[in-house]
Amino acid sequence: MGIITDNLDLWGEMIVGTLLLFFAGGTLALILGTIVGAMRVSPIPIARGVGAFYVNTVRNTPLTLVFFAFAFALPPLLGLRLTGAVSITLAICALGIYTATYVAETIRSGINTVPVGQAEAARAIGLTFGQVMRFVVLPQAFRSVIPPMMSVFIALLKNTTVAAGFSIANLGSVRAYLSERGENQFVAILWVMAIFVALVLLLSWAQQTFERRWKVAR
Amino acid sequence: MVVDHVEKHYGQFHALKDVSLTVHRGEVVVVIGPSGSGKSTLCRTINRLETFTTGSIRIDGDELPQEGKELAALRADVGMVFQSFNLFAHLTVLDNVTLGPIKVKHQSKADAERAAKVLLDRVGVGEQADKLPAQLSGGQQQRVAIARALAMNPKVMLFDEPTSALDPEMINEVLDVMVGLAQDGMTMVVVTHEMGFARKAADRVVFMADGQIVEESTPEEFFTNAQSARAKDFLSKLITH
Repeated sequence: MGIITDNLDLWGEMIVGTLLLFFAGGTLALILGTIVGAMRVSPIPIARGVGAFYVNTVRNTPLTLVFFAFAFALPPLLGLRLTGAVSITLAICALGIYTATYVAETIRSGINTVPVGQAEAARAIGLTFGQVMRFVVLPQAFRSVIPPMMSVFIALLKNTTVAAGFSIANLGSVRAYLSERGENQFVAILWVMAIFVALVLLLSWAQQTFERRWKVAR
Repeated sequence: MVVDHVEKHYGQFHALKDVSLTVHRGEVVVVIGPSGSGKSTLCRTINRLETFTTGSIRIDGDELPQEGKELAALRADVGMVFQSFNLFAHLTVLDNVTLGPIKVKHQSKADAERAAKVLLDRVGVGEQADKLPAQLSGGQQQRVAIARALAMNPKVMLFDEPTSALDPEMINEVLDVMVGLAQDGMTMVVVTHEMGFARKAADRVVFMADGQIVEESTPEEFFTNAQSARAKDFLSKLITH
């Protein structure tokens, strides 16, 4: 327990780092992923093409490479100085843009579970494509994809540790800092594991709550 | 509403062959014919849920636009009732009816709800306004679907086999609503197998087979004195059942 109580400052900072990456990256992924998922079923061929290209390139790139691009390739291109705030923003973008591809595919599979008649009826009362998506299709699609969507977010939560390799403080980097302070690294890793298990259990609990509340009656 | 020389192909299959049909204001046209004859396709083509290859469709003189916002606006003028109801599963009955008026016609929520309640009462499901579609019977769902279409104040109502998915005892409650609409002067195109409705409410019967309009006449004329062999054959099969 000493490893926690003696280093509360460090643990606090690291957990905040992880949660920031998770929530900010997750929000970006959810918004971007929903837009891309809708693009992939849109009647406009260009939108479908752009959506498919984005998913197929970014999803097939290892996350570490995406991080390399954001941490090392992008800043010189944009003339950015790597201050703490800039670094963490870039890390959030890397995680968000990467995870958005998984969100997009999950949403698209959800859209495919909504019967075609729902969209036809919505078009028949004069809604535009965007309105059909917003008011009729996506609300039903979201409900049917809560379990796989949570898996995407659990993966995101764990992927935040990749940022540790790019000097962003989070639970993935806590071991290195603690070892500098002379703590047992193995114990540190066990504690990090325990915290991740606890966080994931929280997400699973959120999933069950959403599932109960948004059950689709058919 | 004028359907002018419309042709439609599904790949090799020729679904509509040179179909022309004019429906006047206040007229009730019933389209009947065997399965696969293109009745539903015609119905779905009129509000462009299906595209067509050549020809034109005009409503009040306005050509049906290709896509986008203009098409959406025009669809608002054409009410559609589906065989499988297609009520929005995640919305209450009331929200199903008010979605179009609020989002397309930009009515206030209060106005739209007031109008929706009147319509729901008119089709006899006013009590069910706060329920979800899945909690209603098929007949009730279809009547809500009719109210949802009426809420847009359409110029013409299309019915695509509205009673084909219903239990026999529910068919009449839906047909009664439709007969009421017809008597109130609504312009209607009804694809149906309900010959009783055709006799009672139709101004004109259109008989389709193999993607073509084979015969058009008054219900009286059609049921007692069909001209084409195809229609005679179809009618003889109905009567023997």
